[in-house]
Order: sequence, then C-alpha cells, then structure tokens
Amino acid sequence: MLTALILLPVAAAVVMMVVPARRQELHLPLGIALSVLPLALAGYVFWIFEPAPGFQLVELVSWYEPWGINWFLGIDGISLPMVVLTTFLVPIALAASTSIKTKTKEFVVYILLLEAGMIGVFLALDLFLFFVFFEAILIPMYFIIGIWGGERRVYAAVKFFIYTALGSALMLGGIIALAVSYSSQFGSPSFAFGDLASVDLSPGSERWLFASFALAFAIKVPLFPFHTWLPDAHVEAPTAGSVLLAGVLLKLGTYGLLRFNLALFPEASVEAVPIMGTLAVVGIIYGAVVAIVQPDLKKLVAYTSVSHLGFIVLGTFALTSGGLQGAVIQNVNHGLTTGALFLLVGMIYERRHTKKIEDFGGLQKVMPIYAGFFLFMIFASIGLPGLNGFVGEFLILIGSYTTLPALTVVAAGGVILAAIYLLWAYERVFTGVPDKEENKALSDLSAREISLLAPIVALVLVLGLFPGILLDKISPSTEAVLDYIEDQTAYVVPEPGRLADVYLAGEDR
Amino acid sequence: MTDFLWLIIALPLAGAVLLHFLGRFVGEPLSGWLASLASTSAFVFALVAAWPFIQGGEHSTTVLLWEWMPAIGANLELLWDPLAALMVLVVTGVGSLIHFFAIGYMHGDDRFDRFFTSLNLFMASMLTLVLAGNYAMLFLGWELVGLSSYLLIGFWFTRPSAAAAAKKAFVVNRIGDFGFMIALMLVFASFGTLSYAGIFERADEVLGVGMATAIGLLMLVGAAGKSAQVPLYVWLPDAMEGPTPVSALIHAATMVTAGVYLIARSSAIFEIAPIASTTVATVGAITALWAATIALAQRDIKKVLAYSTISQLGYMFLAVGAGAYVAGVFHLMTHAFFKALLFLGAGSVIHAMSDEQDMHKMGGLLKKMPTTAITMGVGTLAIAGIPPLAGFWSKDEILGSVFARGGWFSALWIVGLVTALITAFYMARQWVLVFLGEPRWSQDTSPHEAPRVMTIPLIILAGLSVVGGLLNTPFALRLERFLEPSFEYVTLQNPPEGLAMFAVLAGLSVMASLVGGGFGYVSYNRPKQRWLDFEDGFEPLWGTWEQAYRVDDLYGAAIVAPGKKAAEVAAFGVDLAIIDGAVNGVGSAVRRLGELARSLQTGYVRNYGVLFLGGALVIVIWLVVGR
Repeated sequence: MLTALILLPVAAAVVMMVVPARRQELHLPLGIALSVLPLALAGYVFWIFEPAPGFQLVELVSWYEPWGINWFLGIDGISLPMVVLTTFLVPIALAASTSIKTKTKEFVVYILLLEAGMIGVFLALDLFLFFVFFEAILIPMYFIIGIWGGERRVYAAVKFFIYTALGSALMLGGIIALAVSYSSQFGSPSFAFGDLASVDLSPGSERWLFASFALAFAIKVPLFPFHTWLPDAHVEAPTAGSVLLAGVLLKLGTYGLLRFNLALFPEASVEAVPIMGTLAVVGIIYGAVVAIVQPDLKKLVAYTSVSHLGFIVLGTFALTSGGLQGAVIQNVNHGLTTGALFLLVGMIYERRHTKKIEDFGGLQKVMPIYAGFFLFMIFASIGLPGLNGFVGEFLILIGSYTTLPALTVVAAGGVILAAIYLLWAYERVFTGVPDKEENKALSDLSAREISLLAPIVALVLVLGLFPGILLDKISPSTEAVLDYIEDQTAYVVPEPGRLADVYLAGEDR
Repeated sequence: MTDFLWLIIALPLAGAVLLHFLGRFVGEPLSGWLASLASTSAFVFALVAAWPFIQGGEHSTTVLLWEWMPAIGANLELLWDPLAALMVLVVTGVGSLIHFFAIGYMHGDDRFDRFFTSLNLFMASMLTLVLAGNYAMLFLGWELVGLSSYLLIGFWFTRPSAAAAAKKAFVVNRIGDFGFMIALMLVFASFGTLSYAGIFERADEVLGVGMATAIGLLMLVGAAGKSAQVPLYVWLPDAMEGPTPVSALIHAATMVTAGVYLIARSSAIFEIAPIASTTVATVGAITALWAATIALAQRDIKKVLAYSTISQLGYMFLAVGAGAYVAGVFHLMTHAFFKALLFLGAGSVIHAMSDEQDMHKMGGLLKKMPTTAITMGVGTLAIAGIPPLAGFWSKDEILGSVFARGGWFSALWIVGLVTALITAFYMARQWVLVFLGEPRWSQDTSPHEAPRVMTIPLIILAGLSVVGGLLNTPFALRLERFLEPSFEYVTLQNPPEGLAMFAVLAGLSVMASLVGGGFGYVSYNRPKQRWLDFEDGFEPLWGTWEQAYRVDDLYGAAIVAPGKKAAEVAAFGVDLAIIDGAVNGVGSAVRRLGELARSLQTGYVRNYGVLFLGGALVIVIWLVVGR
C-alpha cells in the first residue's frame, strides 16, 4: 500500500511523458486528474490508520543485502498528516499553474516526481532510503525554480540547491557513521531506523552526529541564521513551487528533527533543548520583524514562514505532550495557510505582474472576494482561535512553557508581531480607494480560482474547530516519542498540575 | 434546557453564515431584520434558560460540546451560571436593540447586508466568550470579538483612517493578549488544565501568593487591552471610525466589558492575590480620571462618549479590584443601558446632521428631534449619577465599597468622586451643546427626528436607564443574591452597613454630580463666544485635554517609529547585508563550480555526488581518527 503511494505519482509521471509535447492543452488537466489518485489513496490510508503508537502498514523488501539497505516503509501519527497534506496540496498546486505556458509537460512531470520524493521521505524507515528521497527532491525542485521561475531564477535555484545539498552532505556522513557503528557493534550491517536508534554512542560522538543531522534539517526548516535561501527561492519560484516549498519541503526539516534527531540521539536532544529552543525563538521574532518591512508581498509571506516554523521547532524541543502535538499539527496548518497565501499572491501576480506592496492599494473595492479570502488566510496565519493556526500555536505555547518558560514568553511576542506584519500589509494592499489606474479594472477571482481556495478554507475551519480528527491519530505517536526519550535518558516530562485528577473530575461531571 | 444552550451561540452564528452567503440576495432591509431576529431569539432563549436562576436555587452546569485540545484540558464546553446568564442577557438584550436601530441607521449603505453579517458574527463571538467553560474557549471568543471589532471598525474600508483604526485596535489588543497568553501558560503550568472546573475550586491550595499575583497581573494586561484601560486604551477613541451602532454595541456596551468579565470570572485567583487586585483597582481609578479629563474637552460627539466609556470602564475595574465584584458587574449592566442609549442617540444626531460630528456645529436640536433629545437627556442624567436613575445606584455601590476598604482605597475613592463630578460636567456640556442654544449648523442641513425603528430602541433603553438600577439597591440586593453563586470562592466587598452611612456617601456623590452637572449646564447654556472664552480660560490645560495628552504622539515617537527603524535595520542591514552577504560570499565560490558543472549537461548529479561524498568522507575520517 505505501509502496503504491510512492509509485503512483511516478507512474503518473510516466503516463505524462507519453503524452505528446505539442498537446499542451492536455498536460495540466491530465496531471491534475492523475494527481488525485495519490490523494485518494492517502485518504484511504488515513481512514484505515489506527490511532496507536508504532508504525503501521510496514513494508520491508531487501534492496542491497551486503550493506543492509532495505526498501523499508511505514507510517505513524507523525508522518501520516504530512503524507495527506502532500497529496492534498499537489493537485491544488498543479491547478494553480495555468499561467505556465512553456514546457508544460515537463512541469507536470517534475511536480509529480517531486510528490513521489516527498511521500517517500515521510514513509522511509531506512535511513539510506530516506536520504535518497531527501536528496532526490532537490532535483525536480531545482528545475521547477530554475526553468519556470522569475528573473533571478538561476541564482535562486542554485542557492537553494547548493545550500540544502551542503547541509545534507554532512547528514549523509552522519548516517554512514551510524551504520558503521551499528555494524561494528552488532556484527551485521543495517540502515533501519529502529536498529540505528539502538546504537550505543559515546556522548561526544552522539553530539556530533546530532549536529550533523540538525544542521541539515535546520537549513531545510529554515532555522535562523540558515534561512536566507528561502526568500530568494520563494520570490523566484512559480506559484506551484512556492506552495509545495512552503507547504511540504520546509516540513522535511521539522519532520526530520522530530523523527530522527529526537529518536536517534535522545541524550544529545535533551542537551540541545536550550540551543534549539533559542534558535527557534530567535527565528520567530527575527522572521517576524524582518517580515514587517518587506516591500514584496511574496517575500513577506516567505519570512512569515521563518517565524512560524520557529514555533514548530520550539514545540518539538519543548519535549512535552502539548509541544509535540502542536508541532506535528502545526506542520499541517502552516502548509495549508501559507500554501494558500502563496496561491493568493500568485493570483494577483498573474493579473498585475507585480508583487510590490506599494503597487497596490484599495483592492478590496475592486476584488472583494479576493480580499475576503486573503483576509481569512491572514487571520488563519495570525493564529485566530477557531481557525487551524491557533490550535498548533496554542498547544505549542502552553505546552512549551513548562520546559522553556523564558523562551516561550518571548515566543509569545511573535503573536503581536504577526498581527502587525500581516494586517499592515492588508491595509496597504486592500484598503483605501484604488488610486492606481492599473488596479481599477482588475477582475475578481474566477470560479476556478475560488475552487482552488475553497477546499483549503474548509480544512482551515475544520481543523480549527475539530482538531481531534488529526490529534487523535497524532497523539499516540508523539506520546511514544516522549516515552522513548524518558526511557533512554534521565529526562522526565514535566507534569503540570495533576492532569489525572482533572480528567477524573471531568468524567464525573 | 441546558442541553440546548449551544443554540444561544448558534443562532447568531447561523445568521452570520446565512447572510454571508445569501445576504446579497436578501438585501436591504430584510438582511437587517433577519440578523435582528437571530439576536432576539438568542435573547428569548437565554431568558428562558436563565429563569431557574432568577427564581433562585438552581445549580450551575457545564455542558461539553466536543473535544478541542484535550492535551491542555481545553475543550469546547459551556458554563451556565448566574454570571454567564447575566452577561448573555445584557449582550443579547442590548445587542438586539442595537440591531434594530442599525436597520434604520445603515439605510442606503451599499454593504448593508455585510454590516449585519459582521454584527451577527460579533454576537456569536461575544456569547462564546461569556459562555465559555474554560480559558481557552474564552480566548476563542476573546479573539473573535477582536476580529469582529476589526471588521466593523474598518467597515468603511475606503477611508484610510478607518482602516488604520481597525489595525490599531487589533494590534493593541494583541499586546494585551500577549499578557493574557502568558497568564494562561502559568495557569496551565500550575493546574495542568485550563478548565474553570479544575481551577477555581483548587485555586487556594495550588497557587501560592506569588504565582497568583503573577497570573492576576498578566490577566490585567489582557483585560486592559480589551477594556481600554491605561496604558492600552489608545485604540478605543480611534475605533469611533466604525459606524455608530458598532460603537454602541462593541465599543461601549459589550465587548469592552470583556476585561471586567475576565477579572470577575477569575475572582477565585484574584482573591489570593491582593497586590494584583489592588493594582486592578488603581489602574481603574487612574483610567477613570484620566479619560474623564480628556472627555471634557472633546468637540466630536462620539469622542466624548468614547473617552467617557474608557472612564466608566475604569469604574468597573476599580470595583472588581476592590473585591466588589457584584458592584462591578452591576455597573457593567447599567452602563450597557445608558451608554448604548447615548451612543445610539449620538448616532441619531449624526444621522440627522448629515454625518456631522463636531458639536461646535450643532446646537438647538431639541426642537428638531425631541425624542432623541429627551432620551439622551435621560442617559445623561443616568451616567451623571442622578438618583434614582440606573447610574446612581451602580456607581454609588462602587464608591461605597471602595470607601469601605479604607487605606489606599480611600485615595481611590476620592479619585472616583472627582471623576463623578467631571463626568456630570462633560455630559451636561455635551447635551447642552447639542440640543440647546442657537443652531450653529449650516443652511443646507435640515435635521429631522429619526424613523421609528431607531427611536423605539432609544425609548426602551431610556426606560432601562431609569429603572435598571432598582435591580440592586441597598434596600433590596436582588442582583447580589442572584450573582452570589458565581462568586462562591470570594468574600464580596460591600458598602458600609447602615442607612446613615449610605445617606452620607450617597449624599456626597449626588452633590458631586449636581455641582459638576450644574456647572456644565450654566457654563454652556449661553452664547458660543462666552463658552469659547470659558474654555480658553483653562489654557494650556484645555488644549492638552483636547489633544488627549498627546499620548498617540508619544507612543508614535517612543514605540512605533523606533520599532519600524529596528525592523528596517534587521531586514536590510542584518539580513540582507550581513547574513545573506556571508552566504553569498561562500556561495559565489560554489556557484562558479555550479557554472562549470552546467556546461556538462548532466554535471549536476556529479557535482552533487562529489559534494556529499566529500562531506561523508570528512565525518568518516573524523570518526576513525578522532577516537
């Protein structure tokens, strides 16, 4: 089943390749239709997924026996939401790409291959396999930015590629070192996640290995100060690229930290809590402050990602139930809201061929529906309760306080800054009287554009009010992570108050 | 009955959703009537549900709707107790009257249906806030009323001042929320839940004085934002950019009282934190006096009422800070009546004067619009504290209770008394400037009385402003008995016992009202030049008051401008020049490699392979050699 989930987009890409290049009108519709298949399958996986700890639907096929490399897949409450998010965003990203007029076939193929890679990363339980997917993703993304991007696309693509590849080169070293240690300790080679977690490491080497993984993921997230590739990549990437970059690719970093750093190096993770927490909080505040004065709408949204992903890293390294649950669900939430904001920026760019805030003004008068969607997503991003962003942010903040009080208080300041940068941008773009000629005759959203945004709006509301749909499936896995860390280290998850009493009292009511 | 409590929220919410999608087709005035119907049925329903409390002897109940964030003990659950019931009745009762009024007021606006969509959304949000059974859900309502407020202040979004005011309101409230959120972190860290049921009962055994004080002070930060207290009040005067019914509903009668409600709801925590309580009272007293002096010198009819609202909210803070929770909630209720009345009356005047808000350009309107003039007159007497109108009873109970505390509170009592005098003065000034004297408006305006859909709500509110105070008099403490179950963990502060004491204290505050009001009446009931000279006599104080002590300029110079400067330095100095500069420095070397590779067509993979093999090699060598 999980193999099929990875191979479906690949198969779809193969089908696309058969379509003649000159039948341009077919490429996008066919691509969208094909990309619905992985979504359907992911939906089925979500449906049958049991809310229980441990990996489900595990598949294991030997790949390269001498090195102990396996095609080893499995899914748990941490990867499940990411897989569903990925398959959900791909059809939307494709459907938002009608402005791509050159090499449309290749474009669809790259997006589908990208999807396969992203799903693979989340499902891989063999570290070698994980790394192959992790790196394989770079290639289609490199081309998506480099071929269909904006004016400085080559610069941005190369920067993106080199920066992230450099980080992961170190991680590969870490993976090999781990595998070598395993084989010397247990006598047989393996890259399996569970096996490598059982390697006995000296505190010194555990720290170094932690750092090699953490750096690779920190660049992906991106954590301050490794973030400067992101605004460039976003500004130059076509809309579909930005949606998938913000929606999924950045989550490879937060996912990796949670899945691999915490489990493979629990001792070092506990030690690194203050460092990672500090970097996360610096990112939250710094990203937000820098976002305030960005003149380019897309760059502004890009910097909000730096700030928002800081919350996820904070929640991860807070090592509490609330923090971890919040981190996992915020991965999804950020993907939805920021993905939608990039879609929205793309829609106005297609009309005006500019993303400069100062070129707009008074758009609410001419495009009220567009303004409505934009404002909705702004409030989702700000973390308005009732919408999805709040659930993650609030769980993270409340959950992190018990382990990182001072940092969490500072992080909460990001809540003020978010309101400033987004509402100020809204004020400048949408309110007042439209005074520029080019803006006076803009057409409001088409039915096609509304149909792209509507499913995201629906999910934003559903997850804001009924987060249990996800949290029920997430929490057994995050609890398992905490149990594992408690088991492996001297760390004890702080227990605020006495939860048990309250739950009992709750049942009596 | 309690099984259907969710309907109180769901009715206006359904109205909002319906109007959002179908409002365009429903149009004017039907969308207004539909919204009013939703609000009114919520009121009727709440009245039925509250009946057992009114009869006495009914226990409060918690109704779980569904799980939300169980990891932090935050579910969607409703708490139905007398305090919640009273708040719901005030919100839906006054809210419904304002809905009806708005049907007339918003007549002809091309986004008429949108207005009522937002108004109903506000009702649902405010009801969520007061019905919440835990702090997370309260925060849900708290932020959603902020959203509705944002949407409605900026309703006329083509006016840059309205758009800026909306943003300012939301951002300043967020500063308050920052404190509130930290308070919630502390609450969760102490109790392991955010549910009222798990907190208040055990507050005195779980919380030490230090922790309780911290939580109390941080909640005060949140409350000061929402309820426009010093130093976070600056958004409320700007919020007058919204249509006047919004000012009446959100920025006078209901939303801005949420901070008072928060502190009253958390009374069990404040009970063990005397320093926090005293701070609440002190902030309230300072705000009351501060805003009252600004109200003195305003020319804009709505600005007078805005600063007056801030000042009256200060009284409520003074009350709950002094432990007189019932008096605070009592004043919250009477204030909702008379301030909604005054705002709607002002709206009626503005409507009649073709959107003129400057009182210097009014005058003599008594004959043109007698119903508005008389009902506003009732509101003026009520807020001034003239017995037996509503404001007298509630304000007097606050002042009496504060007096009874003694010590530091004696000073606050004097501040409250002086504020009462100033209040009577500026309200008399307003009424005289608008309704008496020679007409100062231009020839082409023809003021007229408002239609009945607007005057009937005025008359009802005037009636409530007259009799509303009788709910809780020293002779019959009906409201206190009604609310007592909600304050079971605290000792309620009351005015001093005995009729003689009551007579002395009440006599003093009535005296203050009469002196202030009389002086205001006499000073302004004369030709324009005379009262202009009178105002000039107070320079430079008068100008300072008129410019609201120039606090906005101060904040602009001390916070906004440096903040923006810092953001620019961070974005273009640090981020672009230093961090990205360093990356590009390293990158340019790598890019040359990349350019070389590009000429080899498939070179990327190789280049890439070289890179990660190199990295791997470094680690392996280190592992082998380093040990």
